[in-house]
Amino acid sequence: MDVSQYLEVFIDETKEHLQNLNTQILELEQSPDDMDTINEIFRAAHSLKGMAGTMGYKRMQNLTHDMENVFSSVREGSIKVNSAIVDTVFQCLDALEEYLDNIQSSADEGTNENETIIKALNGFLNGGAAEAEAPAKAAPAAENAVAEAAAEDAGENKWQNISFSEEQLHVMGAAKAAGKNIIGVTVYVQEACILKAARAFLVFKTVEELGEIIVSVPSAQDIEDEKFDYDFSMIVVTDADANKVIEAAKSVSEIAKVVGGDVNVPASAVADAASKEANDKPANTPAVAQSNAPADQAAGANKPAEKKKPVVNRTVRVDIEKLDVLMNLVSELIIAKNSLVAAATSNTDANSNEINEHIEYLETVTTNLHESVMKVRMVPIESVVNKFPRMIRDLQKKLNKKMELYMSGEETELDRTVVDEIGDPLMHLLRNSADHGIEADVELRKERGKPEAGSIFLDAYQDGNNVVIEVRDDGNGIDVNAVKAKALDRGVITEEQANQMSDDEAVNLLFLPSFSTAKVVSDISGRGVGLDVVKSKIEALSGEVEVKTQLGVGSTWTIRLPLTLAIIQTLMVVVGGEKYAIPLSNIQTIESIKPSDVKTVQQKEVINLRGTIIPIIRLNEVLGCQSDKAEDEDLVVVIVKKGDKMAGLVIDVLTGQQEIVIKSLGKYINKSKLISGATILGNGEVALIVDPNALI
Amino acid sequence: MDEMKVYSEAVQYIKIAMGPEMYGIDISYVDNIVRPQQVTRVPNVAPYIKGVINIRGEIVPIMSLRLKMGLEEIEETKSTRFIIIKMEKYGKIGLIVDAVKEVVALTEDQIEKTKFDANDETTHFVFGVGKVENGLVSLLDLDTVTYDKSMKEE
Repeated sequence: MDVSQYLEVFIDETKEHLQNLNTQILELEQSPDDMDTINEIFRAAHSLKGMAGTMGYKRMQNLTHDMENVFSSVREGSIKVNSAIVDTVFQCLDALEEYLDNIQSSADEGTNENETIIKALNGFLNGGAAEAEAPAKAAPAAENAVAEAAAEDAGENKWQNISFSEEQLHVMGAAKAAGKNIIGVTVYVQEACILKAARAFLVFKTVEELGEIIVSVPSAQDIEDEKFDYDFSMIVVTDADANKVIEAAKSVSEIAKVVGGDVNVPASAVADAASKEANDKPANTPAVAQSNAPADQAAGANKPAEKKKPVVNRTVRVDIEKLDVLMNLVSELIIAKNSLVAAATSNTDANSNEINEHIEYLETVTTNLHESVMKVRMVPIESVVNKFPRMIRDLQKKLNKKMELYMSGEETELDRTVVDEIGDPLMHLLRNSADHGIEADVELRKERGKPEAGSIFLDAYQDGNNVVIEVRDDGNGIDVNAVKAKALDRGVITEEQANQMSDDEAVNLLFLPSFSTAKVVSDISGRGVGLDVVKSKIEALSGEVEVKTQLGVGSTWTIRLPLTLAIIQTLMVVVGGEKYAIPLSNIQTIESIKPSDVKTVQQKEVINLRGTIIPIIRLNEVLGCQSDKAEDEDLVVVIVKKGDKMAGLVIDVLTGQQEIVIKSLGKYINKSKLISGATILGNGEVALIVDPNALI
Repeated sequence: MDEMKVYSEAVQYIKIAMGPEMYGIDISYVDNIVRPQQVTRVPNVAPYIKGVINIRGEIVPIMSLRLKMGLEEIEETKSTRFIIIKMEKYGKIGLIVDAVKEVVALTEDQIEKTKFDANDETTHFVFGVGKVENGLVSLLDLDTVTYDKSMKEE
């Protein structure tokens, strides 16, 4: 079978499963007895194995197989989860990731057999099995043998091979006692069938009209993902008889054959259920729901059913490039719309009213279209931050420090391109906090009145048109004097500068290239390729990064990113006869100020706006053009804000609000910080976008 | 046949005028030639970058070839043109030239390579001189012409 066309899907899904496993195993480490987590891990491992097998990646399959076996035993209770198992499983996940990397780069899994991990995994199995009285090695091997033997006996009636959990037996017992039929069915789909999963779904649906499906092999999830050959089996609890169920299943088209029959529920299970019912409710009423025990069982029956019927996955994987094309088209559309608006306003014709109406409608449509396309491109940062708990756990062992990572706002959404890029800078900041932030000396932490284990926080939230991601630690904070000393040492600043420098300015030195204050270079951070890379990466995403720190208390790194990259709402202004756009997200208010209200403080012009002193910046001066306003005219001041800092930009004329498409100025224009890009106006003219953040 | 052969080896250049002198631009780099249009000034850039224009929805920077080559800037005339060239590494850039003359085809043996002279400002923009019927054409080395120290490497 040619599987190359599935490679991308395989890679994506494997990544998801691995991430899921990482998260679940971390959880398991916290609560080793949580059955839900164990089941989840087992399922993920199982899916991984199946997928690797289908794609023909044998080594990957072997490794996941052994991992699955371990969790199979854990699930059965024959081995207990301990830290050795968790460590090995993490190694196993790393190995799987390595396979995946190989596959991604060369479509081949590589030749690493990872024997040591496999050996370790099997070691748990043997050791664990022996301890738990179950015969050594027996669990998987014997089970397989039995299953195979049974398979031969059962022939077409594969449902006879389904083994039941105790809970399921219980449910069946109860159903039997309540006079229901328990029917096993095996459905064969025509081999020519293209949408096997869809057919299977229809079969499930039809059968569910008659009764309740309590077990299916493979699981409902696997069937939905088309992870079955041409047949699947299920056990149904129903009032109808076997033939009716078989007929129902057959009624679905493209089904080759359906076989089935009554299931022999072990007498003990029936008796057990019956006696319970009898005890709880001596009066032989059929209204089972009134008695406690069957109600519990009914709940039990519902629970697996809920799990078996996963939320229908209504997602489509789309190549990001296709979205980019779509986005570009929307941009073009908006530019075209802007031209129409411009044309209509210059048109003084009698029908211009009508045209305006149409244009307004077009405007609504394009705005909505733009929003939808943007939303399609938005993904939660979860996919990036999910790997951090694992990273901190590993760092903990490596650095021999106790610390915890607390995350919030993982569901915050950002443009896909931003999410893809933000991982490295965040990882760097977290490592930084773990390595340099949290004090290695536990006594020192106690002295400072902090708990022994350090805390690192990763908080994400939306703030207007920005998304803010904060990395915070309760560690040592940044030693401003050490930074200054280092900068002096490196010749970055002079003695005089060092003395004059405020703490904030000094801390910002950290973002200079090749600046690492780590006294010892470790392999976690501190090779000097640090914060400057973080800064430039964030800035490349039109974001910014800030740090606040207090020696001995901790530091907070704040990353601020724009929600959308390509299209923004702006205020169009004129300065010295030239048109500029100011992003609306930065703008607080617009004020008209009398020239006499402008005061000077330390040679800087400021205004007093309702009790707040705000520095003002004459845009014509920074942009290098002549203002065409007379000296005594009132000033139009656009109050912009960045974080908690504000500034007033003096402009000549306001022309209105406009939605614009950001275009790059290209690489020839040495990106002056002041101008973040350009846009094309309705009449084809180019207007520059002023970045107020660079001015504050 | 002989003529064909000569022709196939030849490289075509667009002959442009800068004052009295003629320069050649390899036609394979030329994306477009447009009449002057309104240029949006960009603050805080090198003086020879006159600003940006909109070429079919794309923002393209415009450079004054005169200023870049150390010549005196002149007023726009009827014959002034923007030659939009496309460089592999840095994308499109427009050059303001005094006039566009014609297309000439030059073979290897019609081109005399110039020697690098560090003292002469203008020569390092020229990689050779082509001999054509009615005079000489200095062939522009577009990499040097469009290079700017402050350009960000990517």
